[in-house]
Amino acid sequence: MNERAMDLPRSAVDQNWPHVLRWGLVCGLVLVSLCLVGMPVELDKRAIIERHLSLGYLFVLLVPIAIGWVSSTLLVLEGVENRRQGLYDLVTGLVVGLIGGGVLSLLMVALDNWNLRDPLVNWSPQLFRFLTYENGMGFGAAAWLCTGALLGLAGAALHVVPSVVRRTTAFVVFGLFFLSVLEAAISDLSEGFGLESLTDWLYAKKGGLTVTSTIVVGLVIGAASMVTRGRVKAATNRYRDMEGAERQKASMILFVVVAVLCIVLPMFLGKIMNELLANVGIFLLLALGLNIVVGLAGLLDLGYVAFFAVGGYTTAVLTSPNSPWFAPELHFGVALVFVVIAAGLTGLLIGAPVIRMRGDYLAIVTLGFGEIIRLLFMSDWLGPYFGGAQGITNIPGVDLGFATVKGTDPRSVFYLVLVFCAIAIYTSWRLQASRLGRAWMAVREDEQVAEAMGINTVNAKLMAFVVGAVLASFSGAVLAAKVGSIFPTSFMILVSIIILVVVIVGGMGNIAGVLVGSFVLIGVLGGPKQPGLLQEFQNYKLLIYGILLVFMMLKRPEGLVPSARRSRELHQDEFLQDAWLQGDKLESEEEEGTVVTATVSTGEVGGAEE
Amino acid sequence: MSEHLLEIRDLKVTFGGLDALSGLDFHVDEGEIVSVIGPNGAGKTTFFNLISGLVAPTEGEILFEGESIVGLDPSIVTSLGIARTFQNVRLFPNMTILENVMVAQHCRTSQQVFGALLQTKAFKKEESEIRERAEEILGFFGHRLVGYRMDQPAFALSYANRRRLEIARAMATQPRLLLLDEPVAGMNPMETAELTALIGRLRSDWGFTIVMIEHEMKVVRDVSDRVVVLDHGVPIAQGSYDEVSINPSVVEAYLGRPVEADR
Ligand SMILES: Nc1ncnc2c1ncn2[C@@H]1O[C@H](COP(=O)(O)OP(=O)(O)O)[C@@H](O)[C@H]1O
Ligand SMILES: [Mg+2]
Repeated sequence: MNERAMDLPRSAVDQNWPHVLRWGLVCGLVLVSLCLVGMPVELDKRAIIERHLSLGYLFVLLVPIAIGWVSSTLLVLEGVENRRQGLYDLVTGLVVGLIGGGVLSLLMVALDNWNLRDPLVNWSPQLFRFLTYENGMGFGAAAWLCTGALLGLAGAALHVVPSVVRRTTAFVVFGLFFLSVLEAAISDLSEGFGLESLTDWLYAKKGGLTVTSTIVVGLVIGAASMVTRGRVKAATNRYRDMEGAERQKASMILFVVVAVLCIVLPMFLGKIMNELLANVGIFLLLALGLNIVVGLAGLLDLGYVAFFAVGGYTTAVLTSPNSPWFAPELHFGVALVFVVIAAGLTGLLIGAPVIRMRGDYLAIVTLGFGEIIRLLFMSDWLGPYFGGAQGITNIPGVDLGFATVKGTDPRSVFYLVLVFCAIAIYTSWRLQASRLGRAWMAVREDEQVAEAMGINTVNAKLMAFVVGAVLASFSGAVLAAKVGSIFPTSFMILVSIIILVVVIVGGMGNIAGVLVGSFVLIGVLGGPKQPGLLQEFQNYKLLIYGILLVFMMLKRPEGLVPSARRSRELHQDEFLQDAWLQGDKLESEEEEGTVVTATVSTGEVGGAEE
Repeated sequence: MSEHLLEIRDLKVTFGGLDALSGLDFHVDEGEIVSVIGPNGAGKTTFFNLISGLVAPTEGEILFEGESIVGLDPSIVTSLGIARTFQNVRLFPNMTILENVMVAQHCRTSQQVFGALLQTKAFKKEESEIRERAEEILGFFGHRLVGYRMDQPAFALSYANRRRLEIARAMATQPRLLLLDEPVAGMNPMETAELTALIGRLRSDWGFTIVMIEHEMKVVRDVSDRVVVLDHGVPIAQGSYDEVSINPSVVEAYLGRPVEADR
């Protein structure tokens, strides 16, 4: 037997069975957990395609496809002749899906025979009905075995088909999915443009795409994806390769387009969408501030919500006539000055004691401080000043003379938030390329060396805290004006964590990443209390946040939109290899035959202490 | 009174009962290049840590320009005019080469948040000065750290270039006294010869006074005015290279091997 025969399967049934079995069980377990979490039943209410596909079924059906795809992914070895993917992988996917379907059928049998509703609240007849398509045990089991196998096969087939097909399929499926999921947003928008007939045609009365529109739109997207193939990538590459004035011009155009969109679009949006955008803005503002503290200065602050609370309460006390102790009823703009001062002071106050701590210790202590601030606002002791659990109500909107920004008019709130977000983005951008920004980065990289290079690290870190605090307090102020009342429960520790997830998932240390993170997480899934586009996910939001966080940390630690810098840091080994390969060439050219030092050691550079 | 640039009296530091350094008297005059040599673990790096404020001495005095700098924060010591490099190169790996040198000018510059936000004239002026100075310093090392390299992250540099960047970063703090911890460690003979020449120019062109820890005897011989030998934390000899290299206790400290420059 030669070496290749050892590695390569002889026939399609000569599978790596432990591997197949493992993935099959993973598939089954994921399916069963999904079911027992209660997602499918709850999401069954939302139609994706009228009467044919609900969000609940979609989620369950996606699992075998995804796992079929993953399980049949071939590890491509460089420089070695690789096996062509084909029948062998199809069999892998098929069996994996089959096992998954089998496990689900077992769940059905269990559901039918035992009642475990006590520990598992979602162990319900509804789940049984959902799984059996309301057609009884036998039908359900057979159906799931078949669908599981077919979907696993489909997932695996994605590897086998030509890339055009793969791409087109992905575009059509995701396009239709988003079209359906964004139903509220799209109908809202087209209503604004007076295109009700379009939405009437697209969507069924009870929600979901109609069958005809699915087919037509699917074809359109498919055609579009064929046409645009390669163009988008070429355009982004062109933009990336631009230099100097040309790049500046392109960036300027991009900026103007985005700015105009931000200003014009809300005019055509209805209340719900504007409300949603305003919420995204409020959290974006928080995320931008936290990005300075965590992403730039490397200070893992888990009590960030404290500054949000300070901003909210300061605004409430200074503007509301109902403030229990001191009610000057200032104008929002005037109050803002005090908000900045209060937030800055709180930043100093919280920062000063914790600033000498590093890493995990800082995280834990700030976590505590975040909670302390909330409990203080809630306490009976400060009740006479801040209203305790009753909070402060009747906070007026922002009177601008020509208009009033208040919660009942979410569009105005959005514009207000937009202004603050613009300020925050500008601040982050300018500070990054300044003396202070560089000092922050140095502190993040190696605090001791930063100190030895003449940076007063205590000051630098305090400044990060203060700048972050001020941005968060703006957000708090807007929240107060928007909601019109403020309660301690608006400032749960969860807020800190969700913002951190937004920053991490979006891409730490990167403004664009934070933007995308906020839109995807807060806009689609929703904030701690605010609903997102997918309101059905309300109950599963935290679960999804958690899964997303774990997934991102494992697979893409640099976030959705990585900053070049972070990405390098996290993939240092790969980057070093590249640099080594390039540098090798360049140096030997430059140094004309002298001994080349291409000793690039992998691993961390600023390593152990002396 | 003839004042030394750096004067150290009876310096002692103890780590958990072990005297890493004891009874060290030392001085450097303006414009000197002094080498500190000694076997591994002799306490040379600890000596630098003490001067730069990273470690506090158990006893003794460190006077810089006649003022005591004991107990000052490292950043203040640096702003007074003492800069150092690290034996185990400690750059800011994910900052670009240019940023590494720019950030080291922190204590010589003053712009704060508002300057950056309002993009004031003063801010822009300072920023361009920082950049020009950084480019000038990087240019000192020939073509190696300039051009496309300036925007590469520091960790992508070759080992020798990382050492050069460390020196560049220390230079950027605009010190009067430069402490170099084994600047040629890990370099090949060619690079060593080049850096030896550069160390001489650090004094002649830039006016730095230099204290250098070095194992490479050829470098020590070529550049230093004076050599101090440490062994087990105790200074065992001081003097010119030639005097020290025939000193019997020094010879003994180096395992009975005569101290000699290769070639
Ligand atoms: N922070 C520290 N804590 C404990 N021991 C230390 C510390 N720093 C240095 N030492 C010890 O002091 C001695 C001198 O070390 P060092 O100054 O690094 O020697 P070298 O002359 O090789 O640079 C060594 O025995 C080392 O283990
Ligand atoms: Mg040493």
